[in-house]
Amino acid sequence: MTERTSPTNAADRKRHSSAGTTSTVSTRNGAASVTDDRQRDRGTRSTTDGTDPTDTAATAQTATETEPEREHPLAIETTGLVKHFGETKAVDGIDLAIPAGGIYGLLGPNGAGKTTVIRMLATLLQPDAGTARVFGHDVATDGDAVRRRVSMTGQFASVDEDLTGRENLVLLARLLGYSRAQAAERTRELIDAFGLTEAATRQVKTYSGGMRRRLDIVASIVVTPELLFLDEPTTGLDPRNRNQVWDIIRALVANGTTVLLTTQYLDEADQLADRIAVIDEGRIIAEGTPGELKASVGSGVLSVRLRDPECRDAARDVLTSVLDAPVELESDPAALSARIEDPDRVTQALDALAESRIEVTEFTLGQPSLDEFFLEVTDRPTRGGADRDATTDDGMRQEGVE
Amino acid sequence: MTAERSPTAAETELNSDPARQPDPDVDTLHAAVSDSPRPPRPSAVSASLTFGWRALLKIKHVPEQLFDVTVFPIMFLLLFTYLFGGALAGSTSAYLQELLPGILAMTVVFITIYTGVTLNDDIDEGVFDRFRTMPVWQPSVIVGALLGDAVRYTIASTMVIGLGLLLGFRPEGGAIGVISAVALLLVFSFSLSWIWTALGFIMRTPESLMGVSMLILFPLTFISNVFVDPRTMPGWLEAFVSINPVSHLVTAMRGLMHGTATAGDVIIVLGLSAVFVVVFGPATMYLFHAQQ
Repeated sequence: MTERTSPTNAADRKRHSSAGTTSTVSTRNGAASVTDDRQRDRGTRSTTDGTDPTDTAATAQTATETEPEREHPLAIETTGLVKHFGETKAVDGIDLAIPAGGIYGLLGPNGAGKTTVIRMLATLLQPDAGTARVFGHDVATDGDAVRRRVSMTGQFASVDEDLTGRENLVLLARLLGYSRAQAAERTRELIDAFGLTEAATRQVKTYSGGMRRRLDIVASIVVTPELLFLDEPTTGLDPRNRNQVWDIIRALVANGTTVLLTTQYLDEADQLADRIAVIDEGRIIAEGTPGELKASVGSGVLSVRLRDPECRDAARDVLTSVLDAPVELESDPAALSARIEDPDRVTQALDALAESRIEVTEFTLGQPSLDEFFLEVTDRPTRGGADRDATTDDGMRQEGVE
Repeated sequence: MTAERSPTAAETELNSDPARQPDPDVDTLHAAVSDSPRPPRPSAVSASLTFGWRALLKIKHVPEQLFDVTVFPIMFLLLFTYLFGGALAGSTSAYLQELLPGILAMTVVFITIYTGVTLNDDIDEGVFDRFRTMPVWQPSVIVGALLGDAVRYTIASTMVIGLGLLLGFRPEGGAIGVISAVALLLVFSFSLSWIWTALGFIMRTPESLMGVSMLILFPLTFISNVFVDPRTMPGWLEAFVSINPVSHLVTAMRGLMHGTATAGDVIIVLGLSAVFVVVFGPATMYLFHAQQ
């Protein structure tokens, strides 16, 4: 059910997208092989779209094109994208090269510029400088062609709260060109599939947060888009609703939709995204697979809570010697934590504590937090994380070792 | 589509991961998101009508929004007829013949503000962003809203004329005169609304938009020929009244309702309407695209 690119593909893509970004890898290696099947399918789809003669012509032309990079335009390609709001540089020179298929994550704190990037790509904002292309179409000059391929679920409710769920979907279906009967049929199908039956006849303003979010996303896929923008799709959702949203996203990707997702949660980017660009203050500060990025900050953090706070200094000495890593004292007087490179040493460390008769009431082995990650990445101007080889992919599957 | 792609090593590995229980709904999900061909793009007219349908749905769900449309005209009509009628025209029934077309124009012109307010609300809510990212004729969201408003204007007109007839309004132009006066009013209001749509993009909140609109509309409706004969006014005021578009509208409507309208009266109003659309239509669309 889950769509993950194999390490080989990830490496391929990485090299390709790095060519346009701040990363130091310079070989430009066409990502065409990764997306062959999907692209061919897209081509067929646009030829069946009878309303768009230019599109058909373009497909016919690219089919005879020999250069592979022309044949498969990237889902998203931006160069030097800039957007200012007054004095604030919301987006300050962003280069992206995102191949079709899969999930690409934009990870960053509030105000990093993620939403602004998405809004420019969805033709809602004009870039101040630089270019942005969606499937080869410039967002500034060819907005209509872009809008035919994308769909956006914004951070805030992007449905009409006064209308019912069903009315919202029928409205969108009609706007997309379905006849009255087709719109009703498609709406029924979506409502059934996404568990909105009970809520379909209620005004959206009465919906719970999770239900509203689901409707928001469903509203974006009345016609399955080629590229879906999801701006913080799970912010504020409980774990159950979050998982449902993730399932929807994975189903879409399995079906060939490319997803550009913004999130503040490393965990979410980790679970979903094939590649991640970390954005801070309008710039990309790191780019790579989740594994690569996390490998750059060590494979995890061991947190230990002692029965007796008096033992903390002794515990620190033990952990320092076994883990061979700096050990931090937490604000909780009985707790301490250490960043670990090698998870195997965790058991040794716990054994060592037991041997020293230091009683441990609680320990967790967790992912580096986004905070730690940012600290690490912003402290390291060489962006070491993004340049490591993709083989460290397993760095990300150590949750739940406790 | 998925079938064309053999699972990669990573996928197989993840699928066998016991921590990831497949959701029972996954198959249904896949079916619902599976490719259906994109239907042909709707025409500009069809998209506008769909947005008009949305406006009607909003009236259905939030009928309170018709309160202003129905209660204010009734209040104004009763108030002015009985409070000032005797003093201004000798008798309330004589005054009503002159006042009714004016009150009707004033009422509907005031309601046009809501076009901008609704638009401003939409932008705040984020639903507008969705419409803007859809492959439809972009102005249709505004044109559709205006078409929906026309329904509101019609309801208001019906209320005012109905009450007027009960109170003794006797249009000499007959039903045709009254209907053409209302039709002219709808054209004028539709055109005037483009001012509010443009402002709807400029003002940050519905409240400030409301404030600015009132600031424009109060002088425009009161300093006109709606309530009294401008000849009794000081010269400078009369000069303003004579160039006020609302005065021209009221003159034409009175003429149509009482069967005395000249082609010139009507043409001036249509010309003014055209000017509103030509100036504020493109301004609205410019702001629509420039919106941050």
